[in-house]
Amino acid sequence: MSEEEDEIILSELDDNDLVQQMFDDLYDGLKEEIEEGVNILLERNWEPYRILTEALVGGMTIVGRDFRDGILFVPEVLLAANAMKGGMAILKPLLIETGAPRVGKMVIGTVKGDIHDIGKNLVGMMMEGAGFEVVDLGINNAVDAYIDTAKSEGADIVGMSALLTTTMPYMKVVIDTMVEQGIRDDYIVLVGGAPLNEEFGRAIGADAYCRDAAVAVETAKEFIARKHNQMAAG
Amino acid sequence: MTTKIPSDETLTETGLEASGKGRVLIIACGALAREILALVRLNRWDHVDLQCLPAILHNHPDRITDAVREAVTRHREEYATIRVAYADCGTGGQLQEACAQMGVEMIAGPHCYSFFEGNEVFSGRAEDEFTAFYLTDFLARQFEAFVWRPLGLDRYPQLRDTYFGHYEKLVYLAQTDDPALTETARDCARRLGLAFERRATGYGDLATTLANWADG
Repeated sequence: MSEEEDEIILSELDDNDLVQQMFDDLYDGLKEEIEEGVNILLERNWEPYRILTEALVGGMTIVGRDFRDGILFVPEVLLAANAMKGGMAILKPLLIETGAPRVGKMVIGTVKGDIHDIGKNLVGMMMEGAGFEVVDLGINNAVDAYIDTAKSEGADIVGMSALLTTTMPYMKVVIDTMVEQGIRDDYIVLVGGAPLNEEFGRAIGADAYCRDAAVAVETAKEFIARKHNQMAAG
Repeated sequence: MTTKIPSDETLTETGLEASGKGRVLIIACGALAREILALVRLNRWDHVDLQCLPAILHNHPDRITDAVREAVTRHREEYATIRVAYADCGTGGQLQEACAQMGVEMIAGPHCYSFFEGNEVFSGRAEDEFTAFYLTDFLARQFEAFVWRPLGLDRYPQLRDTYFGHYEKLVYLAQTDDPALTETARDCARRLGLAFERRATGYGDLATTLANWADG
Protein backbone atom coordinates (compact mmCIF):
# COMPACT_ATOMS: atom_id res chain seq x y z
CA MET A 1 0.00 0.00 0.00
CA SER A 2 1.26 3.43 -0.77
CA GLU A 3 1.69 6.08 1.92
CA GLU A 4 -1.11 8.06 0.36
CA GLU A 5 -3.55 5.22 0.84
CA ASP A 6 -2.45 4.91 4.48
CA GLU A 7 -3.13 8.53 5.25
CA ILE A 8 -5.95 9.10 7.72
CA ILE A 9 -8.50 11.75 6.78
CA LEU A 10 -9.70 13.08 10.12
CA SER A 11 -12.96 14.44 8.77
CA GLU A 12 -13.93 10.99 7.47
CA LEU A 13 -13.70 9.37 10.90
CA ASP A 14 -16.77 8.96 13.09
CA ASP A 15 -16.71 10.73 16.45
CA ASN A 16 -15.31 7.84 18.45
CA ASP A 17 -12.57 7.07 15.96
CA LEU A 18 -11.72 10.74 15.67
CA VAL A 19 -11.31 11.11 19.43
CA GLN A 20 -9.15 7.95 19.48
CA GLN A 21 -7.08 9.41 16.63
CA MET A 22 -6.72 12.68 18.55
CA PHE A 23 -5.39 10.69 21.50
CA ASP A 24 -2.74 9.24 19.15
CA ASP A 25 -1.99 12.65 17.63
CA LEU A 26 -1.60 14.24 21.06
CA TYR A 27 0.69 11.40 22.07
CA ASP A 28 2.79 12.09 18.98
CA GLY A 29 2.75 15.86 19.57
CA LEU A 30 1.02 16.70 16.29
CA LYS A 31 -0.28 20.21 16.88
CA GLU A 32 -1.83 20.85 13.47
CA GLU A 33 -3.73 17.57 13.55
CA ILE A 34 -5.07 18.39 17.01
CA GLU A 35 -6.22 21.81 15.84
CA GLU A 36 -7.92 20.17 12.86
CA GLY A 37 -9.57 17.58 15.12
CA VAL A 38 -10.89 20.28 17.45
CA ASN A 39 -12.34 22.22 14.53
CA ILE A 40 -14.02 19.11 13.11
CA LEU A 41 -15.66 18.32 16.46
CA LEU A 42 -16.84 21.93 16.74
CA GLU A 43 -18.39 21.64 13.27
CA ARG A 44 -20.14 18.52 14.50
CA ASN A 45 -21.68 20.64 17.25
CA TRP A 46 -19.70 19.22 20.14
CA GLU A 47 -19.72 21.54 23.15
CA PRO A 48 -16.28 23.12 23.62
CA TYR A 49 -16.15 21.78 27.19
CA ARG A 50 -16.81 18.24 25.93
CA ILE A 51 -14.00 18.51 23.36
CA LEU A 52 -11.68 19.78 26.05
CA THR A 53 -12.41 17.05 28.55
CA GLU A 54 -12.99 14.04 26.30
CA ALA A 55 -10.52 14.64 23.49
CA LEU A 56 -7.74 16.84 24.88
CA VAL A 57 -7.63 16.09 28.60
CA GLY A 58 -8.41 12.44 27.84
CA GLY A 59 -5.38 12.30 25.54
CA MET A 60 -3.10 14.16 27.92
CA THR A 61 -4.09 11.79 30.72
CA ILE A 62 -2.60 8.94 28.70
CA VAL A 63 0.53 11.01 28.08
CA GLY A 64 0.80 11.81 31.80
CA ARG A 65 0.37 8.17 32.78
CA ASP A 66 3.05 6.98 30.36
CA PHE A 67 5.39 9.72 31.59
CA ARG A 68 4.91 8.56 35.16
CA ASP A 69 5.54 4.95 34.09
CA GLY A 70 8.77 5.88 32.31
CA ILE A 71 7.44 5.10 28.83
CA LEU A 72 7.46 8.73 27.69
CA PHE A 73 10.08 11.35 28.56
CA VAL A 74 10.11 15.10 29.03
CA PRO A 75 10.66 16.08 25.35
CA GLU A 76 7.71 13.98 24.20
CA VAL A 77 5.50 15.36 26.98
CA LEU A 78 6.42 18.90 25.93
CA LEU A 79 5.49 18.18 22.33
CA ALA A 80 2.18 16.70 23.44
CA ALA A 81 1.58 19.74 25.66
CA ASN A 82 2.32 22.03 22.73
CA ALA A 83 -0.24 20.15 20.63
CA MET A 84 -2.82 20.43 23.41
CA LYS A 85 -2.04 24.14 23.69
CA GLY A 86 -2.96 24.49 20.01
CA GLY A 87 -6.35 22.91 20.68
CA MET A 88 -6.86 24.94 23.84
CA ALA A 89 -6.21 28.19 21.99
CA ILE A 90 -9.22 27.45 19.76
CA LEU A 91 -11.41 26.35 22.64
CA LYS A 92 -10.58 28.97 25.29
CA PRO A 93 -12.67 31.87 23.93
CA LEU A 94 -15.52 29.48 23.19
CA LEU A 95 -15.40 28.05 26.72
CA ILE A 96 -15.88 31.55 28.13
CA GLU A 97 -18.73 32.26 25.68
CA THR A 98 -20.55 29.05 26.46
CA GLY A 99 -20.14 29.46 30.23
CA ALA A 100 -18.30 26.21 30.83
CA PRO A 101 -18.21 25.14 34.48
CA ARG A 102 -15.51 26.81 36.58
CA VAL A 103 -14.11 24.67 39.34
CA GLY A 104 -11.95 27.28 41.04
CA LYS A 105 -9.24 29.84 40.50
CA MET A 106 -5.50 29.29 40.83
CA VAL A 107 -2.61 31.72 40.95
CA ILE A 108 0.59 29.96 39.90
CA GLY A 109 4.23 30.89 39.37
CA THR A 110 7.82 29.85 39.92
CA VAL A 111 9.41 31.29 43.04
CA LYS A 112 11.95 34.08 43.32
CA GLY A 113 15.26 33.21 41.69
CA ASP A 114 13.82 30.33 39.67
CA ILE A 115 13.31 30.55 35.93
CA HIS A 116 12.37 26.91 35.31
CA ASP A 117 8.76 26.97 34.22
CA ILE A 118 8.19 23.75 32.30
CA GLY A 119 6.49 22.00 35.22
CA LYS A 120 4.54 25.10 36.15
CA ASN A 121 3.29 25.49 32.56
CA LEU A 122 2.16 21.86 32.40
CA VAL A 123 0.30 22.20 35.69
CA GLY A 124 -1.33 25.44 34.53
CA MET A 125 -2.48 23.85 31.29
CA MET A 126 -3.87 20.72 32.94
CA MET A 127 -5.63 22.82 35.57
CA GLU A 128 -7.28 24.83 32.81
CA GLY A 129 -8.22 21.59 31.13
CA ALA A 130 -9.88 20.48 34.37
CA GLY A 131 -11.99 23.64 34.47
CA PHE A 132 -9.89 25.85 36.72
CA GLU A 133 -9.24 29.47 35.89
CA VAL A 134 -5.48 29.97 35.99
CA VAL A 135 -3.67 33.24 36.61
CA ASP A 136 -0.10 32.63 35.50
CA LEU A 137 2.44 34.84 37.27
CA GLY A 138 5.29 33.52 35.14
CA ILE A 139 8.77 33.13 36.59
CA ASN A 140 10.82 34.59 39.45
CA ASN A 141 8.04 35.70 41.75
CA ALA A 142 8.54 37.47 45.05
CA VAL A 143 6.12 37.01 47.92
CA ASP A 144 4.08 40.12 47.05
CA ALA A 145 3.32 38.84 43.57
CA TYR A 146 1.69 35.71 44.97
CA ILE A 147 -0.20 37.37 47.78
CA ASP A 148 -1.32 40.53 45.99
CA THR A 149 -2.54 38.57 42.98
CA ALA A 150 -4.26 35.92 45.07
CA LYS A 151 -6.11 38.72 46.89
CA SER A 152 -6.98 40.81 43.85
CA GLU A 153 -8.08 37.80 41.80
CA GLY A 154 -10.03 36.20 44.63
CA ALA A 155 -8.10 32.97 44.07
CA ASP A 156 -8.85 29.69 45.77
CA ILE A 157 -5.41 28.18 45.22
CA VAL A 158 -1.84 29.47 45.34
CA GLY A 159 0.55 27.23 43.42
CA MET A 160 4.32 27.54 43.75
CA SER A 161 6.96 25.77 41.69
CA ALA A 162 10.76 25.46 42.04
CA LEU A 163 13.36 23.34 40.32
CA LEU A 164 16.35 24.29 42.42
CA THR A 165 17.37 23.23 45.90
CA THR A 166 18.50 26.81 46.41
CA THR A 167 15.14 28.37 45.51
CA MET A 168 12.66 25.95 47.05
CA PRO A 169 13.05 27.38 50.59
CA TYR A 170 11.46 30.58 49.27
CA MET A 171 8.12 28.78 49.30
CA LYS A 172 8.27 28.90 53.07
CA VAL A 173 8.82 32.67 52.95
CA VAL A 174 5.56 33.03 51.01
CA ILE A 175 3.63 30.74 53.36
CA ASP A 176 5.07 32.40 56.48
CA THR A 177 4.05 35.80 55.12
CA MET A 178 0.53 34.51 54.52
CA VAL A 179 0.46 33.30 58.14
CA GLU A 180 1.73 36.69 59.39
CA GLN A 181 -0.99 38.45 57.43
CA GLY A 182 -3.62 36.07 58.81
CA ILE A 183 -4.65 34.91 55.34
CA ARG A 184 -3.02 31.48 55.20
CA ASP A 185 -6.31 29.61 55.64
CA ASP A 186 -7.99 31.64 52.93
CA TYR A 187 -6.06 29.73 50.29
CA ILE A 188 -5.18 26.20 49.33
CA VAL A 189 -1.38 26.18 48.91
CA LEU A 190 0.03 23.58 46.53
CA VAL A 191 3.75 23.18 45.85
CA GLY A 192 5.71 21.21 43.28
CA GLY A 193 9.06 20.80 41.55
CA ALA A 194 11.72 18.14 41.07
CA PRO A 195 13.69 18.48 44.33
CA LEU A 196 10.59 18.69 46.53
CA ASN A 197 8.86 15.87 48.34
CA GLU A 198 5.87 15.37 50.62
CA GLU A 199 7.94 15.87 53.73
CA PHE A 200 9.20 19.23 52.50
CA GLY A 201 5.63 20.27 51.63
CA ARG A 202 4.48 19.43 55.14
CA ALA A 203 7.51 21.06 56.78
CA ILE A 204 6.92 24.44 55.12
CA GLY A 205 3.19 24.40 55.85
CA ALA A 206 1.81 23.79 52.34
CA ASP A 207 -1.48 21.95 51.99
CA ALA A 208 0.05 19.46 49.60
CA TYR A 209 3.05 18.59 47.50
CA CYS A 210 2.10 17.54 43.96
CA ARG A 211 4.60 15.34 42.16
CA ASP A 212 3.18 15.97 38.69
CA ALA A 213 0.48 17.83 36.78
CA ALA A 214 -2.07 15.03 37.05
CA VAL A 215 -1.63 14.83 40.82
CA ALA A 216 -1.90 18.62 41.04
CA VAL A 217 -5.28 18.52 39.28
CA GLU A 218 -6.62 15.70 41.46
CA THR A 219 -5.33 17.35 44.65
CA ALA A 220 -6.80 20.71 43.70
CA LYS A 221 -10.20 19.14 42.96
CA GLU A 222 -10.13 17.31 46.26
CA PHE A 223 -9.31 20.43 48.28
CA ILE A 224 -11.91 22.51 46.45
CA ALA A 225 -14.55 19.83 47.15
CA ARG A 226 -13.55 19.83 50.84
CA LYS A 227 -13.77 23.62 50.93
CA HIS A 228 -17.27 23.51 49.46
CA ASN A 229 -18.32 20.84 51.93
CA GLN A 230 -17.01 22.89 54.83
CA MET A 231 -18.84 25.95 53.57
CA ALA A 232 -22.05 23.95 53.21
CA ALA A 233 -21.64 22.53 56.72
CA GLY A 234 -20.73 25.92 58.19
CA MET B 1 47.19 4.74 44.78
CA THR B 2 47.49 4.90 41.01
CA THR B 3 44.19 4.68 39.19
CA LYS B 4 43.85 4.97 35.47
CA ILE B 5 41.18 7.49 34.51
CA PRO B 6 38.39 5.84 32.53
CA SER B 7 36.93 7.54 29.47
CA ASP B 8 34.30 10.25 30.01
CA GLU B 9 31.72 7.92 28.49
CA THR B 10 32.54 5.24 31.08
CA LEU B 11 32.43 7.79 33.90
CA THR B 12 29.05 8.94 32.63
CA GLU B 13 27.42 5.55 32.28
CA THR B 14 29.31 3.23 34.65
CA GLY B 15 31.54 5.22 36.97
CA LEU B 16 34.74 3.86 38.47
CA GLU B 17 35.32 0.91 40.78
CA ALA B 18 37.47 1.45 43.87
CA SER B 19 40.88 -0.18 43.77
CA GLY B 20 40.39 -1.68 47.22
CA LYS B 21 43.60 -0.07 48.50
CA GLY B 22 43.94 2.72 51.03
CA ARG B 23 42.13 3.50 54.27
CA VAL B 24 40.04 6.47 53.14
CA LEU B 25 37.41 5.90 50.46
CA ILE B 26 35.86 8.79 48.59
CA ILE B 27 32.54 7.95 46.97
CA ALA B 28 32.08 10.54 44.26
CA CYS B 29 30.08 11.56 41.24
CA GLY B 30 31.78 10.31 38.07
CA ALA B 31 31.89 13.93 36.87
CA LEU B 32 34.54 14.61 39.54
CA ALA B 33 36.80 11.63 38.84
CA ARG B 34 39.48 13.47 36.89
CA GLU B 35 39.69 16.32 39.37
CA ILE B 36 39.80 14.07 42.42
CA LEU B 37 42.41 11.75 40.90
CA ALA B 38 44.48 14.79 39.93
CA LEU B 39 44.40 16.04 43.52
CA VAL B 40 45.24 12.57 44.86
CA ARG B 41 48.25 12.35 42.56
CA LEU B 42 49.38 15.91 43.16
CA ASN B 43 49.23 15.58 46.93
CA ARG B 44 50.42 11.97 47.01
CA TRP B 45 47.45 10.86 49.02
CA ASP B 46 48.34 7.19 48.68
CA HIS B 47 45.94 6.28 51.45
CA VAL B 48 42.94 7.66 49.52
CA ASP B 49 40.89 5.44 47.22
CA LEU B 50 38.14 6.56 44.84
CA GLN B 51 34.82 4.99 43.88
CA CYS B 52 32.70 6.87 41.35
CA LEU B 53 29.01 6.45 40.69
CA PRO B 54 27.78 7.03 37.12
CA ALA B 55 27.88 10.76 36.45
CA ILE B 56 24.60 10.60 34.55
CA LEU B 57 22.82 10.39 37.92
CA HIS B 58 23.21 14.18 37.72
CA ASN B 59 20.20 14.03 35.39
CA HIS B 60 18.23 11.85 37.83
CA PRO B 61 18.75 13.44 41.26
CA ASP B 62 16.00 11.26 42.73
CA ARG B 63 18.31 8.25 42.29
CA ILE B 64 21.44 9.75 43.86
CA THR B 65 20.65 9.25 47.54
CA ASP B 66 19.90 5.52 47.23
CA ALA B 67 22.95 4.96 45.02
CA VAL B 68 25.24 6.69 47.55
CA ARG B 69 23.64 4.84 50.45
CA GLU B 70 24.19 1.53 48.70
CA ALA B 71 27.84 2.32 47.92
CA VAL B 72 28.59 3.42 51.48
CA THR B 73 26.98 0.26 52.88
CA ARG B 74 28.85 -1.97 50.43
CA HIS B 75 32.27 -0.52 51.27
CA ARG B 76 31.81 0.29 54.94
CA GLU B 77 33.83 -2.68 56.26
CA GLU B 78 36.72 -2.23 53.83
CA TYR B 79 37.84 1.30 54.79
CA ALA B 80 38.52 3.16 58.02
CA THR B 81 36.80 6.29 56.69
CA ILE B 82 34.31 6.96 53.92
CA ARG B 83 33.53 10.44 52.53
CA VAL B 84 30.96 11.44 49.92
CA ALA B 85 32.06 13.80 47.16
CA TYR B 86 28.61 15.02 46.20
CA ALA B 87 26.94 18.33 46.97
CA ASP B 88 23.16 18.39 47.38
CA CYS B 89 22.92 17.89 43.59
CA GLY B 90 19.15 18.38 43.41
CA THR B 91 18.29 15.83 46.09
CA GLY B 92 16.44 18.48 48.07
CA GLY B 93 18.36 17.76 51.28
CA GLN B 94 17.81 14.00 51.14
CA LEU B 95 21.45 13.18 50.48
CA GLN B 96 22.50 15.35 53.42
CA GLU B 97 20.02 13.54 55.61
CA ALA B 98 21.22 10.10 54.45
CA CYS B 99 24.88 11.03 54.99
CA ALA B 100 24.10 12.32 58.48
CA GLN B 101 22.31 9.05 59.29
CA MET B 102 25.28 7.03 58.01
CA GLY B 103 27.77 9.27 59.80
CA VAL B 104 29.69 10.22 56.65
CA GLU B 105 30.67 13.71 55.57
CA MET B 106 29.74 15.15 52.18
CA ILE B 107 30.68 18.32 50.33
CA ALA B 108 28.84 21.48 51.32
CA GLY B 109 26.87 23.39 48.70
CA PRO B 110 24.04 22.94 46.24
CA HIS B 111 26.00 21.67 43.21
CA CYS B 112 29.47 21.07 41.82
CA TYR B 113 29.14 24.42 40.01
CA SER B 114 28.94 26.01 43.39
CA PHE B 115 31.85 24.30 45.12
CA PHE B 116 34.11 24.65 42.09
CA GLU B 117 33.56 28.37 42.14
CA GLY B 118 33.60 28.43 45.94
CA ASN B 119 30.28 28.16 47.76
CA GLU B 120 30.55 31.63 49.25
CA VAL B 121 31.26 33.33 45.92
CA PHE B 122 28.60 31.28 44.15
CA SER B 123 25.86 32.11 46.64
CA GLY B 124 26.94 35.76 46.56
CA ARG B 125 26.27 35.84 42.83
CA ALA B 126 23.00 33.88 43.04
CA GLU B 127 20.68 36.89 43.10
CA ASP B 128 22.18 38.36 39.93
CA GLU B 129 22.95 35.19 38.11
CA PHE B 130 19.91 32.98 38.26
CA THR B 131 19.56 33.20 34.49
CA ALA B 132 22.94 31.50 33.97
CA PHE B 133 23.36 27.93 32.78
CA TYR B 134 26.57 26.37 34.08
CA LEU B 135 29.02 23.93 32.59
CA THR B 136 32.14 22.47 34.19
CA ASP B 137 35.02 20.85 32.29
CA PHE B 138 33.30 17.49 32.48
CA LEU B 139 29.90 18.79 31.47
CA ALA B 140 31.40 20.72 28.56
CA ARG B 141 33.04 17.53 27.30
CA GLN B 142 29.85 15.53 27.91
CA PHE B 143 27.38 18.16 26.70
CA GLU B 144 25.71 15.75 24.26
CA ALA B 145 25.15 13.09 26.90
CA PHE B 146 24.01 15.43 29.68
CA VAL B 147 22.15 18.20 27.88
CA TRP B 148 21.55 17.83 24.17
CA ARG B 149 20.32 14.23 23.91
CA PRO B 150 18.41 13.90 27.22
CA LEU B 151 16.46 17.07 26.45
CA GLY B 152 15.64 15.67 23.03
CA LEU B 153 17.28 18.59 21.23
CA ASP B 154 18.89 16.19 18.74
CA ARG B 155 15.40 15.08 17.69
CA TYR B 156 13.30 18.15 18.47
CA PRO B 157 15.43 21.29 18.06
CA GLN B 158 12.24 23.36 18.24
CA LEU B 159 12.14 22.68 21.99
CA ARG B 160 15.31 24.67 22.65
CA ASP B 161 13.56 27.86 23.68
CA THR B 162 11.05 25.95 25.78
CA TYR B 163 13.99 24.82 27.92
CA PHE B 164 16.36 27.76 27.62
CA GLY B 165 14.15 30.74 26.73
CA HIS B 166 14.57 32.30 30.18
CA TYR B 167 18.33 31.75 30.36
CA GLU B 168 20.63 34.56 29.30
CA LYS B 169 24.14 33.20 29.39
CA LEU B 170 26.17 30.04 29.64
CA VAL B 171 28.91 30.28 32.24
CA TYR B 172 31.75 27.85 31.71
CA LEU B 173 33.39 27.24 35.08
CA ALA B 174 36.81 26.07 33.95
CA GLN B 175 38.79 23.72 36.13
CA THR B 176 41.68 23.68 33.69
CA ASP B 177 43.17 26.04 31.14
CA ASP B 178 42.29 24.19 27.95
CA PRO B 179 41.66 26.42 24.90
CA ALA B 180 40.07 23.58 22.93
CA LEU B 181 37.63 22.87 25.73
CA THR B 182 36.85 26.58 26.00
CA GLU B 183 35.90 26.50 22.32
CA THR B 184 33.71 23.45 22.95
CA ALA B 185 31.95 25.31 25.77
CA ARG B 186 31.57 28.40 23.59
CA ASP B 187 29.97 26.24 20.92
CA CYS B 188 27.57 24.80 23.53
CA ALA B 189 26.48 28.38 24.33
CA ARG B 190 25.97 29.10 20.64
CA ARG B 191 23.84 25.98 20.20
CA LEU B 192 21.66 26.96 23.15
CA GLY B 193 21.35 30.54 21.88
CA LEU B 194 23.06 31.97 24.97
CA ALA B 195 25.83 34.48 25.60
CA PHE B 196 29.12 32.93 26.71
CA GLU B 197 31.32 33.59 29.70
CA ARG B 198 34.37 31.65 30.85
CA ARG B 199 35.34 31.78 34.48
CA ALA B 200 38.53 30.07 35.69
CA THR B 201 37.74 28.40 39.01
CA GLY B 202 40.35 25.69 39.42
CA TYR B 203 39.11 23.07 41.88
CA GLY B 204 37.69 25.59 44.37
CA ASP B 205 36.20 24.12 47.55
CA LEU B 206 36.75 20.60 46.21
CA ALA B 207 40.49 20.98 46.83
CA THR B 208 40.12 22.30 50.38
CA THR B 209 37.46 19.75 51.33
CA LEU B 210 39.55 16.86 50.01
CA ALA B 211 42.63 18.16 51.80
CA ASN B 212 40.69 18.13 55.08
CA TRP B 213 39.41 14.64 54.39
CA ALA B 214 42.84 13.31 53.44
CA ASP B 215 44.33 14.70 56.65
CA GLY B 216 41.52 13.48 58.85
